[in-house]
Amino acid sequence: MSKTKCVAMILAGGQGSRLGALTKNIAKPAVPFGGKYRIIDFPLSNCANSGIDKVGVLTQYRPLELHSYLGTGDTWDLDKSDGGVFILPPYAREKGADWYKGTADAIYQNLNFIDMLDPEYVLVLSGDHIYTMNYAKMLMAHRANKADATIGVFEVPWEEAPRFGILNTHKKTGRILEFEEKPAKPKNNLASMGIYIFNREFLDKYLKADAVDETSSHDFGKNIIPSMLKNQAKLCSYKFEGYWKDVGTIESLWQANMDLLQKEPPFSFNSSWSIYSSNPSLPPHYIGEDASVINAMVNEGSMILGEVAHSVLSSGVKIGRGAKVTNSVIMPFACVEDNAVVDHAIVAPHSVISAGAHVIGDQGSIAVVPEGETVVAEKSGQQVS
Amino acid sequence: MSNMMGIIKLDGAKTMLKELSDRRPVAALPMAGRYRLVDFALSSMVNSGIDHVGVLLPNKARPVFDHLRSGKDWDLARHREGMVYLPCDTDGHREPSTLATIYYNLDYIKHSSAEYVLFAQADTVYNIDFRSVLLFHQNTGADITMVYSKASADLPGDAVAMEIAGNGRVNDIAKHLTATKGSNDFIGIYLMAKETFINLVSIAFERGGNDFLLDGIIKHMAEYSIYAYEHKGFVSRVNSTMAYFNANKSLLNTDVWNELFMGENSIRTKTKDATPVQYKDNAHVVNSLVANGCEIDGEVENSILFRGVKIGEGVKIKDCIIMEQCQIEENAMLRDVICDKNVFISADQWLKGSENYPLVVAKGTII
Repeated sequence: MSKTKCVAMILAGGQGSRLGALTKNIAKPAVPFGGKYRIIDFPLSNCANSGIDKVGVLTQYRPLELHSYLGTGDTWDLDKSDGGVFILPPYAREKGADWYKGTADAIYQNLNFIDMLDPEYVLVLSGDHIYTMNYAKMLMAHRANKADATIGVFEVPWEEAPRFGILNTHKKTGRILEFEEKPAKPKNNLASMGIYIFNREFLDKYLKADAVDETSSHDFGKNIIPSMLKNQAKLCSYKFEGYWKDVGTIESLWQANMDLLQKEPPFSFNSSWSIYSSNPSLPPHYIGEDASVINAMVNEGSMILGEVAHSVLSSGVKIGRGAKVTNSVIMPFACVEDNAVVDHAIVAPHSVISAGAHVIGDQGSIAVVPEGETVVAEKSGQQVS
Repeated sequence: MSNMMGIIKLDGAKTMLKELSDRRPVAALPMAGRYRLVDFALSSMVNSGIDHVGVLLPNKARPVFDHLRSGKDWDLARHREGMVYLPCDTDGHREPSTLATIYYNLDYIKHSSAEYVLFAQADTVYNIDFRSVLLFHQNTGADITMVYSKASADLPGDAVAMEIAGNGRVNDIAKHLTATKGSNDFIGIYLMAKETFINLVSIAFERGGNDFLLDGIIKHMAEYSIYAYEHKGFVSRVNSTMAYFNANKSLLNTDVWNELFMGENSIRTKTKDATPVQYKDNAHVVNSLVANGCEIDGEVENSILFRGVKIGEGVKIKDCIIMEQCQIEENAMLRDVICDKNVFISADQWLKGSENYPLVVAKGTII
């Protein structure tokens, strides 16, 4: 195996409990997004496009669908003889088995995987963010700064800063001075994106120390980064400019989908920075004689006979005659039958909105129809989340 | 795993396809928004359990390589067998022809572990389970089974009509210049034992023959028991510009769309990672098929849009086939037009063909 410069580790084991019904059967990174994608397509495509071809995906919660989706990694052109996607669930050892107890513990339990690839740098990523980013540029900055670790940061509006992990940095050098998790009175508005590059030996040392610390919750944000800062290690920030969205809640997932419908979309899917996703064998979608589709994204295999406005429709979706779908996200193979009305909703895969039924949410409280569920007309108007 | 081996012929009746087949074999014609014609025969084979397919290479093979590549999109990139290209190496002894291509590759075909050969000319839109054809072939004890469908109308362009007895046995086969409504219209699919196939090709070619059907089968009708299998599902042979236009437009019938694409056996094709279609504020699309990667801000009716087509504001398109990566600028109007790939229509242009004579705009044209 040739010398590896950088290996990426994607944390994809979280339950995503704030996505409620959408993650009942699947892990958050496997949740459909943008009509064609799954959330994990973004970090994986970013890796492929950044020239990082060795990617470990750490899975734990409901991994079945995610594992089968990852397959050989060929979707992202990562099925290489000397690299690829490595699926890393927790496993048993001589002295028993442990679940991943936190983000840091997940990486710690796979240090032998990192040793096997023997990289200079370890890039740690989250499996629940929507963005396009060139990690190679961040790695260049990390090397130029001769940093021990570099954290991707993103400027958030001051009023939202209390919701994020905020990094207080040296104005000129970008060196990180302090890390505050959800500060009530933020001193800065640079939020951690949960993207870290570590020098491998440096990370190794801290993970091993953290593993034996019984008071630790084994989390990068809570334990590892503060402990590195306490020891005056050289931690630098790398400012990312562009679209970045944490889709950890129903509202943010809905909003990120709606963002794709802006006149000037936040990022172009058609640019040279492709987002790869599996391509099921489905035909071009069909728009019927009396249909109307405006300001929408529609994927293959769908059949639209009713009205669709300001919505994102996945593959194999059926919209019946006289049905109205507005401000909504319709996931794969969901069916909105004749004369049904769907507004401000996320309709999960394979669910059915029966003829004449209404599913109506509003901006602050998006209605959710769980996977495989059938909403019948009597339940009309009722929010089913 | 099937005991059939597939062999695919990519060129067909060219003369009546004009510009559309100038630079590509018929089977490489873009079809139905995201496919090429060859996908229908090839996917039907794969869905029927055939995992060994020989592709006879025609002239102008580049689009074929570009599309089929290793066969991976059809699960045919395999350690054993899978898809293989069969080139026409006659060493200058004979004129290249389909029969010659098969003949010079017979040693390869002989080594296949398959018992039967399913030979298909990939110029037709269908979704057939060839296992049913094999069952029919075994039940009738035929030497050769040929697949046909009832012609739905009088159709111009080369046709092979078959006269069939009550028990399904073929009494006569004839090549015509048109198909008449209700005739038994052969759709280019033969099934026979591998030995029969090898003998048929050797005998015909070694006696100066060039044409599989004329020299291999029609001249030797008396020596074989030939049976005809009727495919009752949707069939559209593409042998003229009009037939191409109609084959595409017939997919706007949702029953046909469902039968071909949404059943258990899907039609596979080369994947391209295109994004979902973006409909803008002024989009007005009715009765149309739209492939991924399109951006639409105009009016589209009764039309097929292939991948990556851009339709500007104020554009009006009716009864058109717009192939991959075409760009139609603001306020242009197109009716009964076939735009080949990468056509650019500038703002305010009006183009009109006729319902029975669509205007074809050649690949890469800028208007």
